[in-house]
Amino acid sequence: MLDFPRWRIWMLNTLIVLGVAFAIPSLLPTSMRAQLAQYVPTPTINLGLDLAGGSHILLEADTSQLAETRLEALEDSVRTAMRRAKPQIAIADVSRSDGALSFNVTDVSKVDAAREVILPLISNSTGTRDWNLGVNNGNRIILSPVSSGDETALDQAMDTAKDVIDRRINALGTLEPTIIRQGDNRIVVQVPGLQDPEALKALIGKTAKLEFKLVDEQADPDQTAQGKARVGSQVLPYPDNPTGLPYIAVRRLGGISGDKLVKADPTFDAQTNEPAVTIQFDSEGGQRFARMTQQNVNKLFAIVLDGQVISAPQIREPIFGGVSQISGSFTTESANALSISLRSGALPVDLTIVEERSVGPDLGADSIRRGILAAVIGTTAILVLMFLVYGRFGMYANFALVINVGMILGVMAFANATLTLPGIAGFVLTIGAAVDANVLINERIREELKRGRRVVQAIEVGYKEASRAIFDANSTNVIAAVLLFIFGSGPIRGFAVVLMIGIVTSVFTAVTITRMWVSRWVKNTRPTELTI
Amino acid sequence: MKLLKVVPDDTNIDFLKWRVWAFAISLLLMAASVGLVATKGLNFGVDFIGGQMIRATFTQSASAPVTELRETVGSLGYGDPTIQRFGAENQVSIRMKLPEGADKNPELANAMAEKITSKLKADHPDVRIDGVDSVSGKVSEELFSKGILALLAAMAGVSIYIWFRFEWQFGVGAIWSLLHDVTLTFGLFAITGWEFDLNIIAALLTIIGYSLNDTVVVYDRIRENLMKFRKMEMASLLNLSVNETLSRTVMTSVSISLPLIVLVLFGPDVIFGFSAAMAFGIVVGTYSSIYQAAPILIWLKVGSHSFVPTDEGNGSKAERIGEDFGAQP
Repeated sequence: MLDFPRWRIWMLNTLIVLGVAFAIPSLLPTSMRAQLAQYVPTPTINLGLDLAGGSHILLEADTSQLAETRLEALEDSVRTAMRRAKPQIAIADVSRSDGALSFNVTDVSKVDAAREVILPLISNSTGTRDWNLGVNNGNRIILSPVSSGDETALDQAMDTAKDVIDRRINALGTLEPTIIRQGDNRIVVQVPGLQDPEALKALIGKTAKLEFKLVDEQADPDQTAQGKARVGSQVLPYPDNPTGLPYIAVRRLGGISGDKLVKADPTFDAQTNEPAVTIQFDSEGGQRFARMTQQNVNKLFAIVLDGQVISAPQIREPIFGGVSQISGSFTTESANALSISLRSGALPVDLTIVEERSVGPDLGADSIRRGILAAVIGTTAILVLMFLVYGRFGMYANFALVINVGMILGVMAFANATLTLPGIAGFVLTIGAAVDANVLINERIREELKRGRRVVQAIEVGYKEASRAIFDANSTNVIAAVLLFIFGSGPIRGFAVVLMIGIVTSVFTAVTITRMWVSRWVKNTRPTELTI
Repeated sequence: MKLLKVVPDDTNIDFLKWRVWAFAISLLLMAASVGLVATKGLNFGVDFIGGQMIRATFTQSASAPVTELRETVGSLGYGDPTIQRFGAENQVSIRMKLPEGADKNPELANAMAEKITSKLKADHPDVRIDGVDSVSGKVSEELFSKGILALLAAMAGVSIYIWFRFEWQFGVGAIWSLLHDVTLTFGLFAITGWEFDLNIIAALLTIIGYSLNDTVVVYDRIRENLMKFRKMEMASLLNLSVNETLSRTVMTSVSISLPLIVLVLFGPDVIFGFSAAMAFGIVVGTYSSIYQAAPILIWLKVGSHSFVPTDEGNGSKAERIGEDFGAQP
């Protein structure tokens, strides 16, 4: 038991040196770390937002809205495909209900032709279908969603949303955001060291779906006020309507969407000198915009952002070249934010902020300072107590404890783990557990000596008998830590990580390493007496 | 060098003499805790009930104007705020329920935070906003159920481990003493009105780990002594085991309490509840290992027969344990 071959001693020492070496970069001040990084890799522990300060924002996608958008897109593509089919296929009674799209093929003999047209629209690249196709009463075609199609659509939408958010935050400058998808329909955004989370939230929460629609100029204002629109029209909110009515009726069809932009910049309106946004379409969007303006000169068109009309100017002349200006009641900030959002593309799905946590940098710094102070005082007290109670063996335990702290930091840095406030508490607990292992061993040695065993034998029995309780106690802690990690969230996970790493390193240092030192001492001095 | 002895040699305290009393008092305290949680309730943080919490420090004032704040924030039309000092005299947390309809429209929650913070900044130029936590009803429900699940899973998980490593009675004893510790900690939070948030769940899980640690050490010694002293009466055997491990128990509790007490006194205010819960848990956990986990073994009729090879089925298991651990009868 106390026999340590040379190779094992080498191996253990290498492990200690490696473990502690990885901790060094995290302990250096930033400037020194940067210098060191030129020569060697410097893995560092990340500080959680509760320590570094910053914002944590959890966004959730509205899945029902996504299904609705998909259905709309399907209707659009079906209508276009039928119109473009040669010969054209007439359809009627188009309706969307319960997530399914259904319509009549006017000429019963063309149902098969209609199916042929639809099939490519509802199959995806993997060969499976996103929609089920059924025929009722001979000529009514029903397209109902397939759940895997919904999942794929959500998955793609979330990936796109993640990229869009990334682009938007990057437009804000030198932040270092962490953007990760969580579960099926959530995205976590973490931005360290942010002073003003409001601007960030305004930016990432906006869908920024821009549409240009024709105003329904025949609409009856009384009907519009009640939210009723003619067939083919819809009523949209218009808070800045010069007529005073906060609604306006627009035509459903014949508009174009603003997702084909190559540029969007904040500017000032040449006439009113108020903030505005200029946009530039790509070539396809530009052509469609030109066609729309050409066909509707002197009519009003509504600029719709996220389902809300921001202004409804008159088309004075056809606009060629795809450059347009959006004015409304903007401030310089909101014009800037809108151009960033438009430039980085619309979110494919509406996202809502379901959780937000912001910590000011001062509070974080205070937490670190006091957390470290507490850890240092607490550890020093333990070191003194251990020495007073166990003498030489207490010192072995103390050296092991210091190495343990270094190794926990080292492993955390190596694994690029995040240290949170509860993590610091986990640290304290692990230190306690490490000490407990040595207490168990030393108490047992003391007992065995008291029972009259010789020194070497007492040490051997002490380590052996204590190991069992140490193993059981740490196993149960591992179970608790793993469960914490699985079921816990946020700060609890940070705690679980430190606990898991700490349990492994503390058993290693408190049992294996001290035993190595003790065995060297026994071998070199062959003690016949031991004060413990 | 003369070394310090935390517990004198040959200490022999008759701990088990008071086992019935201790058990009765514990039951009473547990019942009181449950009653308190049921009637007074826990002061749940935004993590678990949703809402918004703004933390602010009044950097130039000796103490935060709590009454005044209650009025000014209350007058904004978002309902009455819960305002508490935390940590230093000049630090407060302002908790608000999320405005009606905020689930559907998060802009409302943002608007509320902005209105409150700008009001604070206007009235008190020295205010520093330290953080804003905003949790929607949906997420808070999830956090709550996940937290409870973690707690139950941890208790069940470690008890099953004890059952496999020892005997079923030990598993029962372990889960009982865990239940004891967790219930009393809940009671502490009900009576003090300290905020109960996600961090406290982490603290409870740590208490479970620590308390079990203690229980395992005592159980390990009981098992060893059961195999060593076949004829000893159970109460005396438990006393012997507790006394033999007493200096370890004291030494470890003191060592772990040291950093925790420092954390409570000087640590970050944000984790005051967390540190206090853990410090409390260490005390309760140590007590429960001696007065809950151990005596239950008497009532569950554990005796030396539990670990002696017999002709019956469980004999093989006892034998295996005996070999594994190299116990010498």
